[in-house]
Amino acid sequence: MSVPVLASGPEAGARFSAVGTRPSVTALRAEWTKLRTLAGTWWLLLAVIALTAAVGAGAASAVTCQAAGCGQDPAKIALSGIDLSQAVVAILAVLAISGEYSTGMIRTTLTAMPRRLSVLGAKAVALTALTLAAGAVGVLASMLAGRLILPGRGFTRLHGYPPLSLAGPDLRAAAGSVLYLALVALLALGVATAVRDSAVSIGLVLALLYLFPVIASALNPHWSRHLEQIGPMSAGLTIQVTAGLRGLPLTPWQGLGVLALWAAGALLAGAAALCLRDA
Amino acid sequence: MTDTLYRSQIQPGHDSFAQTVRAEWVKFRTVRGWVIGLAVAALAILALGLGPSSQGSCGTNGPASDCTQPLGPGGEQVTDSFYFAHRPLDGNGTITVRVTSLTGQIPDFSGGSSGPQTRSGLVPWAKAGIIIKASTTQGSAYAAMMVTGDHGVQMQYDYTGDAPGWAGAVSAASPRWLRLTRSGDTFTGYDSADGAHWAKVGVATLTGLSSTVQGGLFATSPPYWQASGSGTSVTGGPSEATGAFDHVSLIGGWSRTGWTGTAVGDAGGPAAGSPGGFQDAAGRFTVSGVGDIAPAVSGAAGLGVTITQTLIGVFAGLIAVAVVGAMFMTAEYRRGLIRVTLAATPGRGRVLAAKAVVIAAVTFAVGLASSAIVVTVGQRVLRAHGVYVWPVTALTEARVIVGTAAVLAVTAVIALAIGTILRRGAGAVAAVIVVIVLPYLLTVTTPLLPAGPTDWLARVTPAAAFAVQQTLIPYPQVDNAYVPSAGYYPLAPWAGLAVLCAWAAVALALAVWTLNRRDA
Repeated sequence: MSVPVLASGPEAGARFSAVGTRPSVTALRAEWTKLRTLAGTWWLLLAVIALTAAVGAGAASAVTCQAAGCGQDPAKIALSGIDLSQAVVAILAVLAISGEYSTGMIRTTLTAMPRRLSVLGAKAVALTALTLAAGAVGVLASMLAGRLILPGRGFTRLHGYPPLSLAGPDLRAAAGSVLYLALVALLALGVATAVRDSAVSIGLVLALLYLFPVIASALNPHWSRHLEQIGPMSAGLTIQVTAGLRGLPLTPWQGLGVLALWAAGALLAGAAALCLRDA
Repeated sequence: MTDTLYRSQIQPGHDSFAQTVRAEWVKFRTVRGWVIGLAVAALAILALGLGPSSQGSCGTNGPASDCTQPLGPGGEQVTDSFYFAHRPLDGNGTITVRVTSLTGQIPDFSGGSSGPQTRSGLVPWAKAGIIIKASTTQGSAYAAMMVTGDHGVQMQYDYTGDAPGWAGAVSAASPRWLRLTRSGDTFTGYDSADGAHWAKVGVATLTGLSSTVQGGLFATSPPYWQASGSGTSVTGGPSEATGAFDHVSLIGGWSRTGWTGTAVGDAGGPAAGSPGGFQDAAGRFTVSGVGDIAPAVSGAAGLGVTITQTLIGVFAGLIAVAVVGAMFMTAEYRRGLIRVTLAATPGRGRVLAAKAVVIAAVTFAVGLASSAIVVTVGQRVLRAHGVYVWPVTALTEARVIVGTAAVLAVTAVIALAIGTILRRGAGAVAAVIVVIVLPYLLTVTTPLLPAGPTDWLARVTPAAAFAVQQTLIPYPQVDNAYVPSAGYYPLAPWAGLAVLCAWAAVALALAVWTLNRRDA
């Protein structure tokens, strides 16, 4: 009488590879399925698009430019919805990992895919793709709203403001804002992987984003300039600036680079915690 | 043989609200993470408020560098700089003049690079007229009749007193006659179009005057400012006003020594620090002056900071409190404890009320202790670093401390309510931060929008509550950028807190409704 033996070890792996896919692709497909089948994901992505466009359009209809050289930055105004929608992106990213911890799903995930770094990598890729897509739609909508609304608020060629377009500095501001959202998602994913609890993670991420500018305003100019250089939001959002670049503490791409460093640091911390810790 | 029924030794419960509160308090204090969260909030408030945030120069370069502002008769800080052509008045007397013009110089920023030029123009509260003042010392008591740039004839006294007279601008074709009468400590101001028919503008009673006071002609002009094209920042500089007088007549105990010119509190004008001056050409006087005679205000170019500066860490504290407040409810859903809780206390509204009482009381206590320390010690730290901190009354200081603690407590209740509605920690915490900290960022820290929408945000969003931290008073007789980023909120302190409480009430009502309607 023979007892059926559960396939284990290399044999089990062989069964998967028989399908003909590499493990990293399998991991990506698994994470994509998880993210896509959560109802919350699509509502949050919709909120990213709607808030980016609505706040941008609202800000564009609130400003006025009465004379030439009114010192405004139309691209930054049209893209000001990012200030708000980054919080929604952060929720999406935090839930992508902390949701697994709160339901215990993480144990299933790590049993199925023991290579923990590929799990985190696959999550990061799936999340980045979704954020880039939603961010691009939202940013395009707000640029279009700005292009339609701002000339009526005095931002005319006569006052030195050509309509918003997807060229030159405006293109940099728009594309950079989409990248900004993706980097915020990665930052939040890294923090949430290290912290695990969703409420604490979102609190930490939003504190990192919003507190630097608030505290910088209370310090003397020397220190506040330094804080603006290292704060992920204040540095990262310099990518949106198209007027008065000379007075900025960082160039736009340097600023986005600072945010990228924050995201990389958070992901490293998350990866280290994931590899070293029991699930 | 008798069977004895088992009876629990525990007394039957009264099922009172106090018991529910007690149960929730036990839950709160036994979860280490929540206690740590509140400790983080307190530490953030203390660390950011007591750290050496700014560096000033007041008092750090010897006694001469002390930053002081003159105090008026009411003890308030005042600006008292003007050009004064004066002579002593002993006892009662009357001074009458005719003002034929008020002109001035203001900075011109349209030129651009080569520094501010000046052009002719008047600021709204440019002043010239007659004044009787206890002495030429800054901050001494006074009563004055004046013509102004935009506000017609005014009678002003002791810095805060203000009574409007005849409206409209003065010109050679439409001169203004002004009269000021001293009778003991009572001063009465009159204006007239022709020097024959007089209308009383106001009466002021000054205290602590000696018999001999100084009276005469004066001119002064507060700094000019303009909002940038976007309305989000302010530029400005000193301005100068010149008044032309004739038909000067003195009745009563005036000295016969002639006029003495004094630049009271030399403020430095647009033309390379000119303090003003006066000319007497056969009974036609021109007096030019720079400065203001008014309550001091802190504006874009204002001196020093307010005690609110020490409370900057409250924003970090708010985020920590929001996390704890939301988790106080969402953790019950995550662990399934909510089913036990609701089985023990079937009145679901009561459970939520008990939780709200506990979280509000705990965060209020933590907020009160930390903001009391940070306000009292923090302003000493700032002063030790040479920063001029606007003095406030003890009552104002108490209001700022209690109000800040209340903002933290009500925020925790909002987080609890949103946590109940959403049942998800991440969404609840993000929602609270977005509705409280983000509007503050957009109205106070880096105003992106012009004054109108910013004002509206500071009235209706929960960030209106930060009005409870304001210590500056806007004065109608001082033209200033009274905007949130300069420390002036559109709502009164407690009205701002009431806006936050209204948000909390709506959130709690929604939470009770969803809690009753839903399966746990």
